[in-house]
Amino acid sequence: MTDITTTQTPFVGRSLWADALARLKANKAAMFSLIYLALMAIACVFGPYFVSHPYTTIYPDYVRTPPSLSAYPQAEMIDTALKDAVRRMRVDLEEWHEQDERIFVTISSPKQIDERVTRYLDRSDTFDNTRIESKSADGLKLTMSATVAKEHFYFGTDNTGRDLLSRVLMGGRISLAIGLLAGCVAVCIGVLYGATAGFMGGKTDEIMMRIVDILYSLPFIFFVIMLVVFFGRNFVLMFLAVGAVLWLDMARIVRGQALSIRRQEYVQAAEALGVSSGGILLRHIVPNLLGPVVIYMTLLVPQVIILESFLSFLGLGVQEPMTSWGVLISQGAKNIGSANWLLLYPAFFLVSTLFALNFIGDGLRDALDPKDR
Amino acid sequence: MLRYVFRRLLTAIPTLFVIVTISFFLIRVAPGGPFNQERGLNPVIKANLERQFGLDQPLWMQYLHYLNNLLHGNFGPSYNLPDFTVAELFKVGLPVSIQVGASALILALIIGTILGVIAALRQNKGADYAVIATATAGSTVPTFVIAPIYQLIFATTLALVPVATWGGGALVNKIGPIVTLALPQIAIVARLMRGSMIEALRSHHIRTARALGLSDWSIIVKHALRGALLPIVSYSGPAAAALLTGSIIVETIFQIPGVGRYFVEAALNRDYTLVMGTVVVIALFTILFNLIVDILYAAVDPRVRYD
Amino acid sequence: MAGNENILSVENLKVRFHTLDGVVEAVKGINMYVKPGETVAVVGESGSGKSQTMMAAMRLLASNGEATGTIAYRGANLLTLTKSELNEVRGRKITMIFQEPMTSLDPLYTIGNQLMEPIMRHRKVGAEEARKEAVKVLKLVRIPEPERRMKSYPYEMSGGQRQRVMIAMAIANDPDLLIADEPTTALDVTIQAEILNLMADLRKRLGMSMIFITHDLNIVRRIADRVYVMKLGEVVEEGETRAIFANPKHPYTKALLAAEPTGHKEPVPKTAPTMLDGTDMRVTFKIGGGFLAGDPIYLKAVDRVSVKLRRGQTIGIVGESGSGKSTLARALLRMVPSEGAIHFDGRNIEKFDTQQMRPLRKQLQIVFQDPFGSLSPRLTSGQIVTEGLLVHEPSITSKERDRRAAQAFVEVGLDPANRNRYPHEFSGGQRQRIAIARAIILKPKVVVLDEPTSALDRQVQKQIVDLLRDLQQAHNLSYLFISHDLAVVRAMADHIMVMKDGRMVEQGSPEEIFDHPHEEYTKRLMAAAFADHAVAGA
Repeated sequence: MTDITTTQTPFVGRSLWADALARLKANKAAMFSLIYLALMAIACVFGPYFVSHPYTTIYPDYVRTPPSLSAYPQAEMIDTALKDAVRRMRVDLEEWHEQDERIFVTISSPKQIDERVTRYLDRSDTFDNTRIESKSADGLKLTMSATVAKEHFYFGTDNTGRDLLSRVLMGGRISLAIGLLAGCVAVCIGVLYGATAGFMGGKTDEIMMRIVDILYSLPFIFFVIMLVVFFGRNFVLMFLAVGAVLWLDMARIVRGQALSIRRQEYVQAAEALGVSSGGILLRHIVPNLLGPVVIYMTLLVPQVIILESFLSFLGLGVQEPMTSWGVLISQGAKNIGSANWLLLYPAFFLVSTLFALNFIGDGLRDALDPKDR
Repeated sequence: MLRYVFRRLLTAIPTLFVIVTISFFLIRVAPGGPFNQERGLNPVIKANLERQFGLDQPLWMQYLHYLNNLLHGNFGPSYNLPDFTVAELFKVGLPVSIQVGASALILALIIGTILGVIAALRQNKGADYAVIATATAGSTVPTFVIAPIYQLIFATTLALVPVATWGGGALVNKIGPIVTLALPQIAIVARLMRGSMIEALRSHHIRTARALGLSDWSIIVKHALRGALLPIVSYSGPAAAALLTGSIIVETIFQIPGVGRYFVEAALNRDYTLVMGTVVVIALFTILFNLIVDILYAAVDPRVRYD
Repeated sequence: MAGNENILSVENLKVRFHTLDGVVEAVKGINMYVKPGETVAVVGESGSGKSQTMMAAMRLLASNGEATGTIAYRGANLLTLTKSELNEVRGRKITMIFQEPMTSLDPLYTIGNQLMEPIMRHRKVGAEEARKEAVKVLKLVRIPEPERRMKSYPYEMSGGQRQRVMIAMAIANDPDLLIADEPTTALDVTIQAEILNLMADLRKRLGMSMIFITHDLNIVRRIADRVYVMKLGEVVEEGETRAIFANPKHPYTKALLAAEPTGHKEPVPKTAPTMLDGTDMRVTFKIGGGFLAGDPIYLKAVDRVSVKLRRGQTIGIVGESGSGKSTLARALLRMVPSEGAIHFDGRNIEKFDTQQMRPLRKQLQIVFQDPFGSLSPRLTSGQIVTEGLLVHEPSITSKERDRRAAQAFVEVGLDPANRNRYPHEFSGGQRQRIAIARAIILKPKVVVLDEPTSALDRQVQKQIVDLLRDLQQAHNLSYLFISHDLAVVRAMADHIMVMKDGRMVEQGSPEEIFDHPHEEYTKRLMAAAFADHAVAGA
């Protein structure tokens, strides 16, 4: 028998994980969602650095500006701003026109015009770098030019004149981070607790699950609100705590799975081989548990994001000037009559992200558990 | 059966006790108190108020006192709405919440079941995909997005309904909240129903019924649907408890005078008695509906016996 | 009777399934016919397409299945009938019973309700008349107290009784043709015999035709007039039962007929040392109990059974489901808590805990019934086989482990190049070989074989039996062989114990048990399992 050599190359097997990956790759909705989610994450993490308006900066000239692809200020806004400035100069506006990215303004007055009037233009958010172009000999007519500060508000601005685009991206950063953070906490606690209960079995299991039952029957919202009250403004701590509340489902799922895996003949076979409890847990139970855990995790993250938005909606979540999708939607809901983009943009970002996460979850379930189809 | 119900109600008592105890001490260890909010409240007046409500006593005394009151059906006065007792607040708010919640639940059960059955019968065909898409949308879009969008479309743009008024509960004002509450439930019920119906249609006894040449109606309604309804029955218990005790979001957005709002307000204002009252009411509803579900279950499935 | 006109004729039937991996052709253009009053058997192993042929005839194929060709009932092509026309035939003229008696009845309705429904539908009669008819057919299938049973739910009946109810539903409308798809496979052997007798009797009495789908040649021999042998979607041989059994032409038929396990094992000398000795073994399970749940019920799964296994010996433990034979074996390996002294290799291991048992596990191995459930799906077959080495010889290098795995693969007749493959990439028989390799690699002294061949096709069964025999000789192993399949036990064991309801009924050499049983139960068991041989031999 010793002539058997291990040098001959064995066939490479296809593990269930490889199979699942292949099935996942074949699922167009899930793959598309995965890409979408990745782009969304990149946009939210790096986007705010590229948007020229910091999410906290207030533009008093641009309160509740509707979204637009073209740059602000538009002609009539220049006109308004200009007239405003000219009125403060106590002179008359003769004429203005735009040329080479500068505007040329001609003013006249019955009296001599002081050249220092240019500062009135500079004071406005709209204009910069004002300089005198020409002055009539009698000093009653003056032409000056200024650059116009071009601002793009692709998503419009909010009630206080902050750029919605950067706020939505910033909010996404918070919402996604919180979803991931609390999701991980919940999964960790749930898996540890559930696997312990399921693997120990007997009295330990009974007591541990009894505790879960009692926690279940407490109104969930009560718990969350109490946590908000305790942890107050520190949202990282708060969402660690929220994650610590959401583990109940995970614990039940994992326990059920662990119990059923423990009854499998391959675990009995391992016991018959004398494999230790730890070995069985590591080699048999954990790898077979991983599927349901991964699936549940992808479904948990949107739950947490919704929860965060829900709390923010109630004013219990992230505090101003920091923002999240829930905060933005809440503000949008209060302004649906006058500025519906305040609702529509954050709602679209939130909902599309939730959809993507759901599709990924479904795809993973189909891939890991193909008999369900 | 009666003995079973009695026994179940008996086992609910320790559960209720644990819930009340945990909640009582949780809310009490939270920083702040019911009379800390009003700035500049004269310390003497504050002390008086606290003495009046027994808040100056040791915590365990207050706890026993509260338990004693609760046993006599007394939920105590509300601290922040001093003109009302907690019981009075519920007497006014609960019917409103139940009305809206029950309508939404019934709507969801009927529509969800029908959609689910249709999807299961047309599995992997157009109608099925349409139902799945609707269900995914319904269960993905949160209420606090559905409600404002409903208002944006039907109130602001089309002006078919008022924006957010209760107006004594006129039907036109109720449509929004009921639809908003029902949509996610419809989605969940339809999904559950589709899954359990597909499984039922695949089961061996349905194959038997087909082999015996029974009519489609009998196969679908008599043999498949009855068994497939069991998961819906299980689901509707907790769902009913949650819906009938009011939704914070929907009641806030649509300005409904129900009990859903109390929870957040009371917890933030440390209105201890009102918080505890809400906890007890929700727990009671949960226990009651779980019991109803179990009884219904036995009615549908002869294998389940209680004695 | 309409002369020689065929009740059913199948012409060029093809059944295809559209799966994710493409189109799979399950039935590849077969022809068949059934004459009035005739019993036809369709024989083949799993995957031969025998069931799908009949499912196509009943238009019960899964939604991804598609059938072409003709299946004509008295001239009408069943494949093209409209649904309402079809339902005039199904359940009225052609009926079918299935393999799964436990799940084939609707759990939510009474037996009476389910029996009356097809009667009312097809005969257009009222409830009262249907009731009377239903009671009548229940009597016909020999259900005791039929009036009372009408009010029972399926869960209140045993598997055998449920199968009788299925038969009652199938014959209630006096059909021309009854299709039976492995109707006895899921039943215990004594019940199997009763159901087969009942069906043969009913066929004669009602004058219907019958198609019997089975993998069990004993049943064919006993019940069928004609046989179709199917393999991989094709009919490879057909003819009169007697002719086929006497003179099989196709090599596959020959192989099938030769697949019955044969041979017998010489007893070991009385001087052979005792390896495993259990005295007065008792195992009690507690069911229910706990807070407010009433008093627990104690179930004696094993009740005072003694076993003495010598080196090189094979003890066969036979019994029907629930007889406690598996529990006994697990108790002997200290895998379930038990009472009664257990001596292994001279040491009393009765009170040993997990820690103390660990070194002994190397010498006490077990092979399970289900080759799909007993291998961890996420490990490669090589990892599975060497798992025991990690525990018992932790010092050896991974290279050495790999070599040992390859060696074990060769020993159980598998290509060692397959050792990086995962369990789902192997067939049932190959998987059972992996399970055996996992036990053998530790060089054990005692191996418990818990129904190791029951989930396998006959031909594969035979190969596994041969393998186990070779391994026994090569390593002087002692086997505890648990099975409900008496033919396999007879071929493997040199000592047999018969168990029923947790007790040992009878034990002795194979000759004593098989040819001269003493106890009533053993006689019944033998009659049920081997009566057909006598019939066929006559």
